Amino acid sequence: MVAEESVRVVRCGGSELNFRRAVFSADSKYIFCVSGDFVKVHSTATEECVHILQGHRNLVTGIQLNPHNHLQLYSCSFDGTIKLWDYVDGILIKTFVVGHKLHALFTVTCAEDSVFVIINKGKQDIFQLVSVKLPKSSSQEIEAKELSCVLDYINQSPKCIAFGNEVCAAVRDFYLSVYFFKKKTTSRFTLSSSRNKKHAKNNFTCVACHPKEDCIATGHKDGKIRLWRNFDDDKKYTYTCLHWHHDMVMDLAFSVTGTSLLSGGRESVLVEWRDATEKNKEFLPRLGATIEHISVSPAGDLFCTSHSDNKIIVIHRNLEASAVIQGLVKDSNIFTGLMVDPRTKALVLNGKPGHLQFYSLQHDKQLYNLDIIQQEYINDYGLIQIELTKAAFGCYGNWLATVEQRQEKETELELQMKLWMYNKKTQGFVLNTKVNMPHEDHITALCFCNAEKSETPTLVTASKDGHFKVWILTDDSDIYKKAVAWTCDFVGSYHKYQATNCCFSEDGSLLAVSFEEIVTIWDSETWELKCTFCQRAGKIRHLCFGRLTCSKYLLGATENGILCCWNLLSCALEWSTKLNVRVMEPDPNSENIAAVSQSSVGSDLFVFKPSEPRPLYIQKNISREEVQWGVFVPRDVPESFTSEAYQWLNRSQFYFLTKSQSLLTFSTKSPEEKLTPTSKQLLAEESLPTTPFYFILGKHREKQDEKINKAFESELVQLPLTENIPAISELLHTPAHVLPSASLLCSKFVNSLLLSKETKSDEETLEDTDTEEEKESDDSDEENDFTEKILDTNNTDLGEDLLYQLSKSEEKELRKFRKVDYSWITAL
Amino acid sequence: MAGYKPVAIQTYPVLGEKITQDTLYWNNYKTPVQIKEFGAVSKVDFSPQPPYNYAVTASSRIHIYGRYSQEPIKTFSRFKDTAYCATFRQDGRLLVAGSEDGGVQLFDITGRAPLRQFEGHTKAVHTVDFTADKYHVVSGADDYTVKLWDIPNSKEILTFREHSDYVRCGCASKLNPDLFVTGSYDHTLKMFDARTNKSVISVEHGQPVESVLLFPSGGLLVSAGGRYVKIWDILKGGQLLVSLKNHHKTVTCLYLSSSGQRLLSGSLDRKVKIYSTTSYKVVHSFDYAASILSLALAHDDETIVVGMTNGILSVKHRKSEAKKDSLPRRRRPAYRTFIKGKNYMRQRDDILINRPSKKHLELYDRDLKNFRVSKALDRVLEPTCTIKTPEITVSIIKELNRRGVLANALAGRDEKEISRVLNFLIRNLSQPRFAPVLINAAEIIIDIYLPVIGQSPVVDKKFLLLQGLVEKEIDYQRELLETLGMMDMLFATMTRKESTSVLQHASDGFLENKKVES
Repeated sequence: MVAEESVRVVRCGGSELNFRRAVFSADSKYIFCVSGDFVKVHSTATEECVHILQGHRNLVTGIQLNPHNHLQLYSCSFDGTIKLWDYVDGILIKTFVVGHKLHALFTVTCAEDSVFVIINKGKQDIFQLVSVKLPKSSSQEIEAKELSCVLDYINQSPKCIAFGNEVCAAVRDFYLSVYFFKKKTTSRFTLSSSRNKKHAKNNFTCVACHPKEDCIATGHKDGKIRLWRNFDDDKKYTYTCLHWHHDMVMDLAFSVTGTSLLSGGRESVLVEWRDATEKNKEFLPRLGATIEHISVSPAGDLFCTSHSDNKIIVIHRNLEASAVIQGLVKDSNIFTGLMVDPRTKALVLNGKPGHLQFYSLQHDKQLYNLDIIQQEYINDYGLIQIELTKAAFGCYGNWLATVEQRQEKETELELQMKLWMYNKKTQGFVLNTKVNMPHEDHITALCFCNAEKSETPTLVTASKDGHFKVWILTDDSDIYKKAVAWTCDFVGSYHKYQATNCCFSEDGSLLAVSFEEIVTIWDSETWELKCTFCQRAGKIRHLCFGRLTCSKYLLGATENGILCCWNLLSCALEWSTKLNVRVMEPDPNSENIAAVSQSSVGSDLFVFKPSEPRPLYIQKNISREEVQWGVFVPRDVPESFTSEAYQWLNRSQFYFLTKSQSLLTFSTKSPEEKLTPTSKQLLAEESLPTTPFYFILGKHREKQDEKINKAFESELVQLPLTENIPAISELLHTPAHVLPSASLLCSKFVNSLLLSKETKSDEETLEDTDTEEEKESDDSDEENDFTEKILDTNNTDLGEDLLYQLSKSEEKELRKFRKVDYSWITAL
Repeated sequence: MAGYKPVAIQTYPVLGEKITQDTLYWNNYKTPVQIKEFGAVSKVDFSPQPPYNYAVTASSRIHIYGRYSQEPIKTFSRFKDTAYCATFRQDGRLLVAGSEDGGVQLFDITGRAPLRQFEGHTKAVHTVDFTADKYHVVSGADDYTVKLWDIPNSKEILTFREHSDYVRCGCASKLNPDLFVTGSYDHTLKMFDARTNKSVISVEHGQPVESVLLFPSGGLLVSAGGRYVKIWDILKGGQLLVSLKNHHKTVTCLYLSSSGQRLLSGSLDRKVKIYSTTSYKVVHSFDYAASILSLALAHDDETIVVGMTNGILSVKHRKSEAKKDSLPRRRRPAYRTFIKGKNYMRQRDDILINRPSKKHLELYDRDLKNFRVSKALDRVLEPTCTIKTPEITVSIIKELNRRGVLANALAGRDEKEISRVLNFLIRNLSQPRFAPVLINAAEIIIDIYLPVIGQSPVVDKKFLLLQGLVEKEIDYQRELLETLGMMDMLFATMTRKESTSVLQHASDGFLENKKVES
């Protein structure tokens, strides 16, 4: 292991897939999407990630197919480079260094060897659309400094730029600018009503150009879509209005032929406007979240929508969703914190509104969503939604407790606690108990007793109403049905202080509940108050017991920036230190505790054992932002760092989430090593969808393969039987009218009946058939190769293989004949 | 891409007795018919053969009643003293009864005079029964003996003198003609075998045994005595299986329901309890006016007959399954149209295309799905919904509030519609479980309709009613708070005094507490 390499903070998956429009490959087999510093290639049929194109040093901001070679892909990034990729093999072909921070990338068929990018010049808010000439050179890295400005003062979002035939349209605020490539002029259209009406939300939000006609569609903040025509004339231009969206139009796209226009927005409904009329529209509702981007495949058979919940939906031409590519949902605020599902080892946190998401860290993929609130989500601005505020796993993942709340006014609090049981049969959580208003005020903490020996599952909730409640699982069954349910077993309070935290000791014998500044210790057998600790150092923010050898210690972090450690045996303060702790997480596999402190410059990480006040490891400045949540995830395979400073990473990995919701971790490996997808070799061809057509062809092919395999097996083991020699069987099975003349076949036939000296020939034939099949897949090259091969054999016919070689080429030819007619014959 | 999620209807736990299959079954009886007998009804026995007449032993008479008759269809009154334990033979043609003077008499149910008289007991015979072979009679008497009689020649065959106190109950096995069980006031149950001349099993009940019962299989024995009902496993040599203590007073009679799934016990505490014979838990209980002495169920549990100490016989008949739908029903597609293709086996080459199953939505859900909020509210304000299921109405109001459209849904209503809303509020506003939602709705209504108040006397009256209700509720809450304050004070003084070991005041405190509460 590379123990000597230093530990770095690395971003680990969970990057935004919806940052830019997704792009389809020319044959619609693949879909490309940006994902942080990478470009991901997914199969549209199976949703599986086929390749990850890595090489950029910063966020990838734009991807486009090479208009001159549809097997290549351009990408641009904030690191100032444009890269050209071969996406089929996942190889970087070329890098063009531009030098500026590139915000978006566009390619146009008519523009030879140049692409368009959005760059930022000078001031913060001023962006330019420039064309970059990509010089032709054989070297890997090329400087491309030849920039020419096309449009100035534009919006940075690529949605506000569109290219049509011979025009480029850009929108910003209240005007639309159109640049004519032929005339090299710009005309500008301002919406007339924008100045008259005060509250008109006429701001342009997006633009799309018709692929065939001279027509530009623009989306507006008030939900209107305008179709502009005759814009080559500054005076006579016209526009028509389409209005269905009640909120901002987020993106627009024309279909390939231009007959229909697609639009989407906050309503999460994809609208297809046919023939650009208001009457003719089709809907695909319930897409789950705000539509951020819409794109159309060049073949025209697929659409895709990117959503604000980090998901891409591939939609069939007839408006049927066919595939969903889901990343880590980052739409909502994270209230629940980071948890680890003990069963799947997945990271669990708030997902879609009202859902918990289970996210696999290994595969950077969402496993599933658990609907907690189970109510229709109404996406409306200013509506107070029910929020999932707390969640906890208990009893090795058998139980899940969730708390949801909604507060409209000060006095009107709706609280609900739900307890979910894991069902082994359905492999999912099933709602067991629903408790309405478990407390009279907000629940501040929730914890299960995870001791091994505890016979009844126990849950403790602490609330601002000054109570903590102990819930236990009781048998509720009678002679009619078997049932278990949770009931309140004990209610505890301490001088009417608000209960802020609760925590069970590792063996489950003690419960610590903090009431503002005071920590109380309760016996979990009798629910008696054992002792209290009070340091008068501010309200307790975090509370946790030490583990394993340090289980006699209790740690508390206060709001005034004091970290205290109490010894439970002597009931005295062991040590305390000044540390403004934001996150405190115990490692489930060791005694270590990680604390992240917050200062004005950044966040620092301290890893320590409760038994000694000296930290094991300090990493300064792990992130410039505030770290909100952290969690230790047990490793599947323990690492073996020898150096003492890194030993805390041996058995678990520490993940943390910053305020801007980027998921980070510590690693010593290079990012390439870390993020190697397990399914890199997976090709789309292997997982074709099972259509009726596939059944007919696939079965047919299988049978053939089987036959051949069987033939080979028997040949290898024993003497060749006459039926098993391919040449003979071909001769016998091929219909007579397609056979070449008998004179051609004669020598081959006789040769095939001869016993070869070694079985090697069999292997050769096997190889031969393979190569032949490969060739056949590439129709254009076949003819040439074939003739070449014949030439080759003619030149090298010195050995004794002459006869054999000849027969081989003939056999090939024969087989070709057979292949040509085979399907036709069976069809009869 | 998930479908529409229906509105979650808040469910509230139903207070009081749980409704189970058993309560439904045992409550499905008509109001009892009361028949006055001459004395305490000591035994009721149903004829095992149709028409399932029953013999009632009370005082010195035995009455035989038909199924629905309230007058006896036959009476045996030739007893010098009190008669006991009139029991039918398995074929329903013979009846045997003991009497206070120690005689055992056998009757033909068609005749009047006794066919046989078995003389031999010196004291009152409280229990008699036919053996399984129909030719013998077992009797137990207060002279501590149990005798076996032969019917054809009215001879005593065997006498068992093993009990040391009155023998008050007995029961013959239904399978084996030689086995029978007796229970006695010496606290023991004894099983006798006619092939030997002594008991084969003897178990200690612990209390004077009032009633015994053998399960039809003969494997389990039930005994009642004192407050206990005990189940014994005969096949394990008389091991105690369960001891049930569900009555407050002596259990006097036992009976097994016709299915064998339920055991009934009657007691002097005026209750009949029904137990499940698998879990031995009480599943239901009946109350009666007087202490119960005897109990019997007809074939198929059609009738429950209970005899009491005050001489009243209570007869309950099962309600017949009412044929309500006399109206010609709309002709529906035949059953086979619905199951068409259901049992089609998938062949190897078939491709299964599932039609997405259509989810059934309630009408209000359909309206909400299409954002017809006023209509959805109208639907749940229908009288059928507001009276039967107010929780649905409240849930919909809550959902509308969550969607932020409650004001829209409540606005623009005419006099009739608004009075319907107000009626609902008046009825349910003071219920604590609905209050938070409905107060909010009431506020919105007042805000909306304040400008037009005074235009309709009907609506004004409703508003005044609502106002009165709210004022009453406020007063009530204030009173409650006052009481709570008083109680807090009392408790506080109590705990302090307890620490100074003055316990008397504590009890005073409790008394005062109770006064306050009342």
